[in-house]
Amino acid sequence: MTMLDIQRRSATTTEAPQVRHLPKIAKLIDVSTCIGCKACQVACMEWNDLRDEVGKNVGVYDNPADLSDQSWTLMRFSETEQNGKLEWLIRKDGCMHCADPGCLKACPSPGAIIQYSNGIVDFQQDQCIGCGYCIQGCPFNIPRISKKDNKAYKCSLCSDRVAVGQAPACVKTCPTGAIHFGTKEDMQDYAEERITDLKARGYQNAGLYDPQGVGGTHVMYVLQHADQPELYANLPANPKIAATVSLWKGITKPLGLAGFGLIALGAFFHFIKRGRKEVHEDEDDQLAIVRQSGSNGRDA
Amino acid sequence: MSQPNEIERYTASQRSNHWMVAILFILAALSGLALFHPALFWLSNLFGGGAWTRILHPFLGVAMFLFFLILALRFWKHNHLTKNDRKWLGQIGDVIAGNDDKLPPVGRYNAGQKLLFWVMILCMLALLVTGVMFWRPWFAASFSIDLVRLAALIHAFAAWVLIAGIMVHIYAAFWVKGTMRGMLTGKVGRAWARHHHPEWYQEVTEEKRS
Ligand code: HEM
Ligand code: SF4
Repeated sequence: MTMLDIQRRSATTTEAPQVRHLPKIAKLIDVSTCIGCKACQVACMEWNDLRDEVGKNVGVYDNPADLSDQSWTLMRFSETEQNGKLEWLIRKDGCMHCADPGCLKACPSPGAIIQYSNGIVDFQQDQCIGCGYCIQGCPFNIPRISKKDNKAYKCSLCSDRVAVGQAPACVKTCPTGAIHFGTKEDMQDYAEERITDLKARGYQNAGLYDPQGVGGTHVMYVLQHADQPELYANLPANPKIAATVSLWKGITKPLGLAGFGLIALGAFFHFIKRGRKEVHEDEDDQLAIVRQSGSNGRDA
Repeated sequence: MSQPNEIERYTASQRSNHWMVAILFILAALSGLALFHPALFWLSNLFGGGAWTRILHPFLGVAMFLFFLILALRFWKHNHLTKNDRKWLGQIGDVIAGNDDKLPPVGRYNAGQKLLFWVMILCMLALLVTGVMFWRPWFAASFSIDLVRLAALIHAFAAWVLIAGIMVHIYAAFWVKGTMRGMLTGKVGRAWARHHHPEWYQEVTEEKRS
């Protein structure tokens, strides 16, 4: 869907179009009002024409057990005891649409991952080569490569719906209104209200999850226990693009290329200065002479 | 057909082995470099596009490794570094300047060639192990994500070292006239051998005499 302006493109070193600016959007998932009904999972399947295989019950409510090329979102259920009370935490997992996306940084195929100017990070499967670098780049363990076509898939934040002014399918369908959609600013404001309410009801550590280590995200959570995001099925407290990935995809690459260039130039000018080293095969075995055919700087 | 002034340096089987490694190396390196940096992604056109490049590269790499393994075992014994080799490396300035008369006598291989041999062995092993670790769709999923990330980093680094080393290797073979012929035809000139590899020359000529 290129009906939205693209502000960043994988494996592209020149400037992206920057003149037009869409307002930044965000999806806000209020974990405290989610009842785990999975209507959003169904809506996602319906809108995006996905049908995962019927899996096996592994003894927990999570169904399917993990994200896949066919399941772009998934409710993850965690039990915890807080202040002597059992709590059942239900987090809707899926792509966080990072402002600084590790998948896009890692991807070697030009244009296989794009970021629209409204913040949505989208995979373009027709450009995908199936290398899986996006999986290495992602701090949230989201992209999945299909066994059918070896292309990477994940939540598109319904970029096709958003492009025509619609909210994502999951937002539209949530029966409790736990998923909200709008400009990022509006979502932050609304989150404030929810957090004030939660605090008034005894959740002192309620807060917004919009991790700055990845530049903030365009999918945010309201958490009852924002001081312990790990409680929510291991949501990382400080997600960042891994140091190994930054080093792999950072300045080292252009330096590496420059290194190759220097070696090639060095060899060429060595030849220009010294010429080739030649030993004449004389009839008289004893009198082989070494000659450097180019003029040697020191002789001049 | 061999002229009296020629000495055999490589058998036909050794030469074929070497050139199999060389061809597979070029293909593995070009397909790998296509993914190394966006500036080189156009190289993927040589392999039928990005997806084909991704698919073919690991197979080219493994094939190259197998042929290299045979070659390395064949030449292993010629590549032990000696005291003279260390001296030779210390005088690398004279080597580059071509002041051969100032250098300690060289055997079948000079210290630079030997060093490259060991660097190649290290790089090839690193490339094989790390390459398998981020090979999708088959093997990458069996390793933890942090290991896979590290593997990709080391793979790119080892590839850089190996390609840089081979660039020097190719130039050296071009610079020293008569060397390329050795690997192409198997024969080197008597004077070439006596000048560039005097200790080896002595060995082979004495063998012949006795
Ligand atoms: C020995 C067996 C090898 C294996 C199993 C292997 C495997 C891989 C794999 C799986 C990838 C990721 C892309 C893909 O899936 O195709 C890759 C990338 C790469 N390979 Fe290899 N490879 C091997 C040898 C080599 C050799 C000999 C070179 C070059 C001298 C090389 C250079 C590269 C480079 C430059 C990349 C891109 C790395 C990056 O994106 O930073 N590989 N290799
Ligand atoms: S699998 Fe596809 S989207 Fe992911 S990094 Fe590779 S080319 Fe890019």
